[in-house]
Amino acid sequence: MARVLLFGPLRDLAGWRERELEPVPASVHALRELLAAEDPELGLALAGPGVQVALDQAIVRGDAALHPRAEVAFLPPMSGG
Amino acid sequence: MIRLLDQPFDPGALLTDFCRDRAETGAVATFTGLARAEAGQTAILELEAYPGFTEARIAEIAETARARFSLDDLMVLHRVGPIAPGEPIVFVATAARHRRAAFEACDFLMDYLKSRAPFWKKETGPDGTRWIEPRDQDHADIARWETTE
Repeated sequence: MARVLLFGPLRDLAGWRERELEPVPASVHALRELLAAEDPELGLALAGPGVQVALDQAIVRGDAALHPRAEVAFLPPMSGG
Repeated sequence: MIRLLDQPFDPGALLTDFCRDRAETGAVATFTGLARAEAGQTAILELEAYPGFTEARIAEIAETARARFSLDDLMVLHRVGPIAPGEPIVFVATAARHRRAAFEACDFLMDYLKSRAPFWKKETGPDGTRWIEPRDQDHADIARWETTE
């Protein structure tokens, strides 16, 4: 079961913060397609400028395969301090 | 030391602790960031982090600063959760043999924390709620350090 986490404005847009997915999509790309099919507005936002993806708490660029217990987080532009 | 905290803290007490038992450190610089009321537009600020990941990313930024400025020590404390205007959000302290390194490392750490540390900030006021995006100025602040590398 993969965990999907949304942060910041993505969470408000989607109306959820965390989900568990079973079956697990094969890749980050497949996960994006699944989420976009359910919620096209969220799909667009996930593809938006400055949104980074972390797989198991490490930033991935481009696509990556998901394992059965993957944790995928979508990170919009960050603003600390 | 790097810590996320969900309640108010006392910057003075942190500074006192940070300065204790230092024989070779000649300079300690600190920065304290406070939540602004924005003329009544911000009643509450809410900071979200990604537990584990946020601390790890701050640790990477801290290690870069430690090496670049030859720091003896540093401390980063960042609030998460709801924050009222006037409360401290972030506290950074740096210790070095001489003042220039301590000042610059503090400046560097804050610039990176503003737009490279995984935090998301939401402001709620009389006109509703909005997420705060990094400003152009924040990117320009980081560029300063990248061009002088």
